[in-house]
Amino acid sequence: MKPAVWTGDHFFTGDIACAEGALAAGCRFFAGYPITPATEIAEHMATRLPEVGGTYIQMEDEIASMAAILGASCAGVKSMTATSGPGFSLMMENLGLGICTETPCVVVNVQRAGPSTGLPTLGAQADMMQARWGSHGHYEIIALAPASPQELFHLTITAFNLSETYRLPVLVMADEVVGHLSERVVIPPAAAVKTRERVPASGRRDRYKPFQRGACGVAPMAAAGAGYAVHVSGLTHDERGYPDMSAAGQEKMMTWLTEKIRANRDKIIQTESYRLDDAEIAIVSYGISARSSLAAVDEARAAGIRAGLLRLVTVWPFPEELIRDLAGRVRALVTVELNLGQIHLEVERCARGQAPAILVGHAGGAVIPPEEIVARLSAVSRT
Amino acid sequence: MGIAAEALKDFKGFSLKKLPVEEPLSPGHRACQGCGEVLALRLIMKAIGSNVVVCSATGCMEIITSPYPQTAWRVPWLHVAFENAAAVVSGVEAAYKAMNRKGIIDSPDTVFFAYGGDGGTMDIGLQALSGAMERGHNFVYACLDNEAYMNTGIQRSSGTPYGAMTTTSPPGKKSIGQSTQKKNLPAIAVAHAIPYVATASPAFPVDLMNKAKKAAMIPGPAYLHVYSVCPTGWRHAADQTIQVAKLAVDSKVFPLYEVIDGEYKLSRKVAKPKPVADYLKAQRRFRHLTESEVAKIQAKVDADWDTLVKRCGAEEAPAPAKEDE
Repeated sequence: MKPAVWTGDHFFTGDIACAEGALAAGCRFFAGYPITPATEIAEHMATRLPEVGGTYIQMEDEIASMAAILGASCAGVKSMTATSGPGFSLMMENLGLGICTETPCVVVNVQRAGPSTGLPTLGAQADMMQARWGSHGHYEIIALAPASPQELFHLTITAFNLSETYRLPVLVMADEVVGHLSERVVIPPAAAVKTRERVPASGRRDRYKPFQRGACGVAPMAAAGAGYAVHVSGLTHDERGYPDMSAAGQEKMMTWLTEKIRANRDKIIQTESYRLDDAEIAIVSYGISARSSLAAVDEARAAGIRAGLLRLVTVWPFPEELIRDLAGRVRALVTVELNLGQIHLEVERCARGQAPAILVGHAGGAVIPPEEIVARLSAVSRT
Repeated sequence: MGIAAEALKDFKGFSLKKLPVEEPLSPGHRACQGCGEVLALRLIMKAIGSNVVVCSATGCMEIITSPYPQTAWRVPWLHVAFENAAAVVSGVEAAYKAMNRKGIIDSPDTVFFAYGGDGGTMDIGLQALSGAMERGHNFVYACLDNEAYMNTGIQRSSGTPYGAMTTTSPPGKKSIGQSTQKKNLPAIAVAHAIPYVATASPAFPVDLMNKAKKAAMIPGPAYLHVYSVCPTGWRHAADQTIQVAKLAVDSKVFPLYEVIDGEYKLSRKVAKPKPVADYLKAQRRFRHLTESEVAKIQAKVDADWDTLVKRCGAEEAPAPAKEDE
């Protein structure tokens, strides 16, 4: 039997690293449904969770899986599900329920090429806008983009910490390549894993209001059955959780849901810069495409092109100010992603015309080769 | 006389000496060696014949018969998504009805056949199936039950029997394997008050084909629950498929019966039942089970059998179809 934090040097896939990251973060409930290329996460959790006192449940579809993790979280347990394209689509309604009811949980999407059945066994990064806007209504979301199995381990922990801190579902937007890639994954000692827990309800039970804001604009959360009266509803609701069917009530709730993320953007957003200080051309990329981009930067530099990379670790919320400032310093912004222009349009929007935004896109099914990026960089550098 | 009984009054069964030659599902597909599921599907197709439109859920039978640009299908065949084979067949049936009515086609006898695995039928596809049965479309639905999600690599479903090992019900110190009892989908189908429900097994091919033909002849929804041995997922040798399927019936684990207009009827009585242990021991997915667990399973099988016999209203079953000629 392995401990919850399986400290040591390992060689395994991103999917396994993701499951281990969840366990290290304190996840003790996983509701799953088989789907390529995310099935291995469910399989690993089915073996591991009973060892650490957790629960694996396989539901009848992804609609139910998403519902189950919300329920587990309401009961006070850190919970997660993992899926891919078609399953992610089925989760969208209940994802919105999690956002509206401010229920912390983690949803992993090991992206494959779509739309529809698409390429079940091959990767893409084409669900990035679905991650942002897939459920109906206006809302803020947090989505992270791991570029390696090691990072998938760490970002799964980060996802749990963010979801507990800000009380919302957090999305880990991996892709088939990162999910199935086997690499070295180092799991630190348990004491070195930093985990965050939701702020519990405290004080007099008769005065508790489940959606009364505290620090960071987030309400302390009572677990169902802990003695506090809770009322949780997907209807527009007030501090008590009771329906408020008015425009004023809607505005109040929407302000809660959006401001807790907007006001904390600086704390949430993570990016990495590589050789950006003197760059003339900045690549913006994330996930597996950022690894191609990393190689492309070095190759371009060797050819005398001053390229640099801004890697988005957090994709949502989008680092708008960072892109705007960068656009003011470089000759061009090149977005590299495994879709036909999703984050590219965000980059173009944030550049505000200061520098041209160029896309190195790909319809999915393969990784973008560094040479393709270098070729584009050299074309841009000649103009 | 009920709808089904009326439609079946001139029914003539198949015999092994005179099986249809046609193979709407052709050889050369990509199923695993010893696949009981594709054998069952082939026999169903032989029984239904070529005047058919087939709708497939996502699953092994979809993948192995349709790797583009090849296909094993000699009849019209559709696959849309995982959960909606029954919704798709509803639409096809409605379209044919409308086109027949408008005189665009003249094809009143086309059979509409949908199939899915246990996951595609009992889990994610149950809502669509229930809707199609409730609306009363004239279609045949077969659940090809191999008792787990085999296409993605052996994950448990609500069709997985108690105690079975799968990758998401791994047995060990904390787990018996699958911890829940298999969902009784034929009973759920019966509860929709549809004219015909039957269970069948490829180990009894004449019985299976007769039931498929009956299902196709009867107007309205018909549901077949077909035991589909999976050597890959059940962990036994590929040449043991028929033996395992026979053991399932002979040990009363998988009884063969029909429900015609709501009336239960045993298709095959089991005079000298084999111990359930014989069935379990034939498959490595059950190898971890202790004697006391086996005894529990035996008791459940016996109780379920008694319930079924009571529903059939008689100990005696009709003479079984001749399988051994």
